[in-house]
Amino acid sequence: MSESTTYTGFWQESPRPGILGWLLSTDHKRIGIMYLCCITTMFIVGACLGLALRLELIAPGVTVMTPQTYNATFTVHGIIMIFMFLIPSIPAAFGNLLLPIQIGARDVSFPKLNLISWYCYVIGAILAMFAIFGGGGAPDTGWTFYVPFSTQTSTNVSLVAFAAFMLGFSSILTGINFVTTVHRLRCKGLTWGRLPLFVWTLYATAWVQVLATPMIGITLVLIILERTFGAGLFDAARGGDPILFQHLFWIYSHPAVYIMILPGMGVISEVIPTFARKPLFGYWAMALSSLAIAFAGSLVWGHHMYASGMSDFAILIFSFLTFIVAIPSAIKVFNWVSTLYKGSIELAPPMLFALAFIFNFAIGGLGGLALGAAASDIHLHDTTFVVGHFHYVMFGGGGFALFAALHYWLPKFTGRMYRHKPAVISWALLFVGFNITYMAMQAVGIMGMPRRYYDYLPQFHTLNLISTIGSWILAVGLIIMFVNLWQGARKGRPVGKNPWGAATLEWTIPSPPPIENFGAEDPVVTKGPYEFKGVVADEY
Amino acid sequence: MSEHKHEPVPYRTFILIWIALLALTAITIAVSRVHLGPLNVWVALGVATLKSSLVLFFFMHLKQETRLFRLGLLVLLVILAIFIGMTFIDTLYR
Amino acid sequence: MSIEHRDDTGDRFGMWLFLYTEVILFSGLFILYAVSLSRFPGDFAQGSHQLNIYLGSINTIVLLTSSLTIALAVSAIQMNRIRQCLTLCGVTVVLALVFLVNKYFEWSAEISHGIYPGSQHLAEMGAGVSAFFNLYYFTAGLHGLHVLIGGSLIGVVAVLTARGKITSERYTLLENSALFWHLVDLVWIFLFPLYYLIL
Repeated sequence: MSESTTYTGFWQESPRPGILGWLLSTDHKRIGIMYLCCITTMFIVGACLGLALRLELIAPGVTVMTPQTYNATFTVHGIIMIFMFLIPSIPAAFGNLLLPIQIGARDVSFPKLNLISWYCYVIGAILAMFAIFGGGGAPDTGWTFYVPFSTQTSTNVSLVAFAAFMLGFSSILTGINFVTTVHRLRCKGLTWGRLPLFVWTLYATAWVQVLATPMIGITLVLIILERTFGAGLFDAARGGDPILFQHLFWIYSHPAVYIMILPGMGVISEVIPTFARKPLFGYWAMALSSLAIAFAGSLVWGHHMYASGMSDFAILIFSFLTFIVAIPSAIKVFNWVSTLYKGSIELAPPMLFALAFIFNFAIGGLGGLALGAAASDIHLHDTTFVVGHFHYVMFGGGGFALFAALHYWLPKFTGRMYRHKPAVISWALLFVGFNITYMAMQAVGIMGMPRRYYDYLPQFHTLNLISTIGSWILAVGLIIMFVNLWQGARKGRPVGKNPWGAATLEWTIPSPPPIENFGAEDPVVTKGPYEFKGVVADEY
Repeated sequence: MSEHKHEPVPYRTFILIWIALLALTAITIAVSRVHLGPLNVWVALGVATLKSSLVLFFFMHLKQETRLFRLGLLVLLVILAIFIGMTFIDTLYR
Repeated sequence: MSIEHRDDTGDRFGMWLFLYTEVILFSGLFILYAVSLSRFPGDFAQGSHQLNIYLGSINTIVLLTSSLTIALAVSAIQMNRIRQCLTLCGVTVVLALVFLVNKYFEWSAEISHGIYPGSQHLAEMGAGVSAFFNLYYFTAGLHGLHVLIGGSLIGVVAVLTARGKITSERYTLLENSALFWHLVDLVWIFLFPLYYLIL
């Protein structure tokens, strides 16, 4: 592809010139890139807050911030990372970039709705920023907004709740779009049995987005109404029930965990066959386990509430169901490992991140079993073990999957390859830093250190210090990775259609893809997504 | 992608459904004036379910839509049952 | 974009998905209702007796009729009877307004009796009655908001039909607005017996 040095695909072609060509574009790739810019910004902000939290915990007592600042910081860190980074990260950014191409469509079913969804996201993010920096002070409730505190605190809870409502709306619109697109716009020959796994996971995720997100919408609206009218909906003295708030909240927020991790699993299922040069082991088991995770994920929200005063019978049921979710998750892990077995493995940067994902996710998942068992959860509840656990799944899983996706697909969309050596160095730093930070956090949690405190007893000092040092390694890794990716996108070596030798549809069109993806003729699919016979990687 | 268009539903059908809905409304009001204990709520919910099926299948053309639409509705109802039922597992046994 | 893409079934399916989200939105309030009802059955009956069953029944009939008119409007556009379609849309919008006016009188009467969320009078009536009215106001309020949105939507669609933007060949927008309106009706079908008819 010698002409690819001047060819810039969808970056150049647009009915409108300049910035308006982006802000008013209904092209799924442009919207995906806009999402990617937003979530990266949000991730950097959230990561800085996280580093600040770790810095505060470097030694007992007040070190860099007051207790109130600490409360606000962990709340904002949570809200940004969950609502503005993890939930839209892979589904909205990479889903938009790839879903239509992988099913051989020219765009999603509702391109205008897609743009509206991006604007909902931006409005939500801006409102949240106002809430954080505006008068009244940043919310200090934790991202869970538990009553009664959230209805009483004088901080900007109403505004941030409304912001989260808007972000939820954005997520719903994306979900509606993706479900419809997968049903209606698959190209000729692309049967359900030939869908790439990434599409399967996005599809399952989209159903969760559609069916669970409204619940957080109504819950947040009730918080706002409660703060405005003081009706006492969740006030036991006035006929309410504070535990019902937790039910409503987790009915969404537990499935939301799967919005964050499922598409990440899809990314890993794309990366691993490509770099093992082997078809994915157990295609249907992988596809159906995605749906099973989405379904079972809606049955287990109560495991966040063992210590809330919920009935013992409910604890028993929820605990049992929680173990069931482990089955489809384990199917996925075993199938990835089986795909690697006797494969011709190439340790390219995306593959390294995918392998790190499996490692981290396995630790996080097993820790989840310790928390899912009611007996051990009573001891571990609200300790930093929980914090370490969900960072293993969300950051070590969802975050590393996003990094894998960035290294895997950015060359496709920028048409340029980043340098591999810095990528590997950043991977090593991230992997090591990550495990030091959160393993220490888990260990100190088992010793009994509660979460959400700016201070701790002297016996927890060593592990907290180790954890903070780990967070610095992590930060260095992140900086190297982002700088390397940015430089690669700007002036890396041009790549051809298929630098990795992958077999899904996006690798059959030029890099970066042209507007409307496929030329005059719609593609026709005649083989599965992981049949590598005859697929040759382009030199770069 | 097959584009399937609906045959227009005759006015007569809709008006008959409307009469049925009004009749069911009368029934639900009448029954609610009779003391049946906790059964009252279940009768009310039963009639409401019947009414909503009429609205769904006729007014909303679900009868004419493909299987996908019905499957979607089924998924929704299952999820709803889970959300409500599992909450009651807590509140009933507290 | 450059290639004309049309998928009416997909558009309708997207609308159905959106309606699912609306159902879940309301279901949050219905969960709160169900749990509170099982806890305070007596108080809920007491609260229900204070609602005006006549206004509630009239509003039920109004909404059911408006659902009929908008369903007929869809049939009318399919048969290319534009004038009839416009009349039926108009009637639907008028019925939506009647519903809201009714609601206004109903709420004003209740508020003048000192019954509204957070009021002193409500607090004195006990926890169960208090919970009943809180939920009544929030559920009916959210429903009223949907009536307002649905009515406006049908108004816009009527204008588009009059201008020839919606035709017997291309009427998905009308169909989808009608679907939304039916959902408003569906919610009321459950809301009415649960709030007005508890004994």
